[in-house]
Amino acid sequence: MKPPVPEIPVPVWRNFKDLQEWEQLHQERPSGDKHSSAFVSITEGIHNFPGGFVVTTVADSFFNWARKSSVWPVTFGLACCAIEMMATFASRFDVERLGMVPWASPRHSDLMIVSGTVNIKMAPMLKRIYEQMPDPKWAVSMGSCANSGGPFRHGYFVVKGVDRVIPVDVYVPGCPPPPESLLNGLLLLQDQISHFRRTGKRAEPNPKVD
Amino acid sequence: MTLDQARTLISQRFATAQVEPAVAGGPIVATVPPDQWTPFAQFAKNDLHCRFFSFLSAVDWKEQGLEVVARLDNVDDRIGLMMKTKLGPGVSACPSITPIFRGADWMEREAYDMFGIRFEGHPDLRRILLTDDWVGHPLLKSYAVDTPHPPYR
Repeated sequence: MKPPVPEIPVPVWRNFKDLQEWEQLHQERPSGDKHSSAFVSITEGIHNFPGGFVVTTVADSFFNWARKSSVWPVTFGLACCAIEMMATFASRFDVERLGMVPWASPRHSDLMIVSGTVNIKMAPMLKRIYEQMPDPKWAVSMGSCANSGGPFRHGYFVVKGVDRVIPVDVYVPGCPPPPESLLNGLLLLQDQISHFRRTGKRAEPNPKVD
Repeated sequence: MTLDQARTLISQRFATAQVEPAVAGGPIVATVPPDQWTPFAQFAKNDLHCRFFSFLSAVDWKEQGLEVVARLDNVDDRIGLMMKTKLGPGVSACPSITPIFRGADWMEREAYDMFGIRFEGHPDLRRILLTDDWVGHPLLKSYAVDTPHPPYR
């Protein structure tokens, strides 16, 4: 008994980039991410000029202070962790006192909180939204699912950690993490941003003095 | 029409149908051979007045083969009909009931997606949940759980 094989039509969304194309594009972290080569070379020149490191380190700390004081997370809720994320954004935990304004556009945002399970069909969209965010940008992986796949790790359609899709700066454990945990993760991220190197290298510690 | 009348009507019209013993408050559970699947669904719609199509799914019984399950309801007379068919070992073809119940369309697509059952007569049989380039049918028992699938795993 041989069944007739029906003709399967090609869906219209095949014209878009498929997963394999996304894979080739985004296998590794782009080298231009968070750095502009011309900008880096100019600041390297200033930094290596005698006494120039004062300029770069002061500018660095100023820019990092500005960056960490206005981290705007894009509202990107994927699963039940998004409920806790909303609670964190709401008035009781109030991330606006940290300068974080949840913003509904990736083009104005600095931070993506991946809150929930990422499956293989969702991963290209997540990648696209991350690509739409302007540099410098950060990503917080919230919850077990986004960290490692969590309880669905052995499912056939679950990405085993969002760090296989986008680079992640802070991992928040929990299933789901309470708002306190996410708040702690956001504070860790702010601490990380304050040490963020953009305007050239930091001054090397002098072994004779230090 | 009462539940007992429906049971006797099924056993009269379909001699090959195996009707399981009645459970209080439960539906009629009838197993028919695959070639009787479409006539049985038509009979259930026309004669038992089971006009509400609830769901269609499948079960993988390993070496005994696949089994297709559909639930129909007669809401007026409170008759539930669970119709089953065993496709047999190694067979993945089943007649489609989409021409009878329009709601079976996506359910059969999902059963094709997850179990690889080819529904003959389905108007648009392609994957519904998984991506178009997916290899294999994940709810089969023979599907390896940790099958690597590019690009994200």
